[in-house]
Amino acid sequence: MAAGGCNHLQLSDSWRASTKSVRNAGMLLSEVLIQGGNILPEAQDELIKGLRQRARQIRCDLVRMLAAAGSGHSGGSLSAVEVVTALYWQVLRIRPEDPSWPDRDRFVLSKGHAAPVLYAALAERGYFPVEELLTLRKLGSRLQGHPDVRKLPGVEASTGSLGQGLSVGLGMALAGRLDRRPYRVYVLLGDGECEEGQVWEAAMAAAHYRTGNLTVIIDNNGLQIDGPVTSVLSPLPLPEKWRAFGWAVTEVDGHDLPALLQAFDWSVGITGQPTAIVAHTVKGKGVSFMENQVDWHGKAPSADQATCALTELQQGGENR
Amino acid sequence: MTAIQSRQLIANRDAYGQALVDLGGRIPELVVLDADLSKSTKTSEFAKAYPERFFDMGIAEQNLIGTAAGLALAGKIPCASTFAVFATGRAFDQIRNTIAYPGLNVKIVATHAGITVGEDGGSHQAIEDIALMRVLPGMTVIVPADAIETEKAVAAAVAMRGPVYIRLGRTAVPVLFGEDHQFQIGKAVVLRDGADAVVFATGVMVAEALQAAITLAERGVNVAVVNVHTVKPLDVELIVELARRTGAVVTAEEHSIYGGLGSAVAEVLGEHYPAPLVRLGVRDRFGESGSPAQLMEALGLTAPHIIKAVERVRLRAGR
Ligand SMILES: Cc1ncc(C[n+]2csc(CCOP(=O)(O)OP(=O)(O)O)c2C)c(N)n1
Ligand SMILES: [Mg+2]
Repeated sequence: MAAGGCNHLQLSDSWRASTKSVRNAGMLLSEVLIQGGNILPEAQDELIKGLRQRARQIRCDLVRMLAAAGSGHSGGSLSAVEVVTALYWQVLRIRPEDPSWPDRDRFVLSKGHAAPVLYAALAERGYFPVEELLTLRKLGSRLQGHPDVRKLPGVEASTGSLGQGLSVGLGMALAGRLDRRPYRVYVLLGDGECEEGQVWEAAMAAAHYRTGNLTVIIDNNGLQIDGPVTSVLSPLPLPEKWRAFGWAVTEVDGHDLPALLQAFDWSVGITGQPTAIVAHTVKGKGVSFMENQVDWHGKAPSADQATCALTELQQGGENR
Repeated sequence: MTAIQSRQLIANRDAYGQALVDLGGRIPELVVLDADLSKSTKTSEFAKAYPERFFDMGIAEQNLIGTAAGLALAGKIPCASTFAVFATGRAFDQIRNTIAYPGLNVKIVATHAGITVGEDGGSHQAIEDIALMRVLPGMTVIVPADAIETEKAVAAAVAMRGPVYIRLGRTAVPVLFGEDHQFQIGKAVVLRDGADAVVFATGVMVAEALQAAITLAERGVNVAVVNVHTVKPLDVELIVELARRTGAVVTAEEHSIYGGLGSAVAEVLGEHYPAPLVRLGVRDRFGESGSPAQLMEALGLTAPHIIKAVERVRLRAGR
């Protein structure tokens, strides 16, 4: 259907080769960029270019699957694209061909309404056929409206009732420590979701139990359903709150892939304390008529709107 | 059957603490979580024996349940405990969406259920927990009658895969069974046979029902007593069989008449074998402060109340 950069089959082979070696070696960005004390700018450029291409592909997948479903959450899926891309193509140690590998890193999408972005990443990463994305929200589909751990390989927890994913991630982190397994747990929260009391119960407990293998990313897009978080019920200031609860905190532009990779790198280096990455994002990012629009929280594009969105995404080129 | 009152008294929560310690030695995956009530729920026994496998989550019941879910997803067998009113009420959505919906292998073992909580009063007396847990797809609901059955129930729950709710009380209750007691999840047990009426009882009401049956037998009325330790999945076959055999049914539970054992039996009778039924339970009210014995008397949950219920249902059955 779409041309150019939006067809996952047309992924640049050079990128595939360059990132494959990096990923398979399980190396972090810092290790790629610094070899023998020398930064390799070509390697970084190539890597970031590939990730950007991947992010654009995921955005196109999102638009198509949401349009096909006729319902679903566009805004909060689009705002999390770079975070999810960085995780699935660079950070997480996973084996798509062996989804229950005991030592795999875990990613819990606590803001379960952004299921489309998780599904797109899982499909593009090879957990299931990309064509299946178009079954989103249909009767009998493994792609439920919100992630269902019993249905789809790669999904780590059933989420959808906001505020609960961090507790689940904490349990996984505690189990990993008990079993002396090396895996890390990543949990993506919404900023509005941080209004849920349970988030702070879990935050308190994670710091108490010194879960250095647990990282939270907050998709700080500033919006929830009824409006801006600051006018509905402000959860701000987020970095200060997480810090006060005993977490190590960093802030980052949530669409800046190199910055995100650096933040994830930083989180791995912190031990004995859980880490929080406050990712400043734009809700609806990449589709101009959706960006920063409260109304696009829980709406899917029509066929015409999807065509517009795909055209825009394809014209976006290398500059996101 | 000797007089029930003369038997040894042990609280089911004490049996739970002991069971955890026993199982902990054999099952390395067993982990236990509490919410600042470990001394009351007796999970403190496990904490002493296996400190690295015990997690006190503080006064945060929602996170208690969510963390148990995460532990289960990573291959552990978590038992999560607090008072029944908080476990099932405060964390209902967490149990529904994060444990029951994905069918996780979490055992929620709640203590201080029912009005026998006593002096703490109505805020602490869960009379709706069976109802809340029973409606969740795939949730097993067990209400042990004594210490022996508690031990067996906890072991059976840990041995099976999937979510289980076990309901325990605060007070010491008569030990009814011997070590040879056969316990199978989902299989109700006829403790005493009789053709004149049947009492389906659960939890502490089993002892009351046995006492009532002894008294009634002295008057020439032979009442069957069935221990329905598993409220879900319910032993439909046995319930229908005894309803057919006796034609007069009484249910007895330390729980609201809405949504608990009485409701479950009424559903079965309505669908399979309509028969006169009297439900003994808490009748659309909350509990209050008082001693457990006073409250059981005041709310109509003693052996004499069961006797009256049997007489009433037999009248309605035309006997
Ligand atoms: C417990 C709970 N309450 C309400 C909802 C309905 N709901 C779905 S998304 C949403 C807003 C989420 O806002 P935010 O966390 O900021 O997510 P994002 O902006 O990233 O989409 C709400 C209230 C829910 N899913 N769960
Ligand atoms: Mg938001």
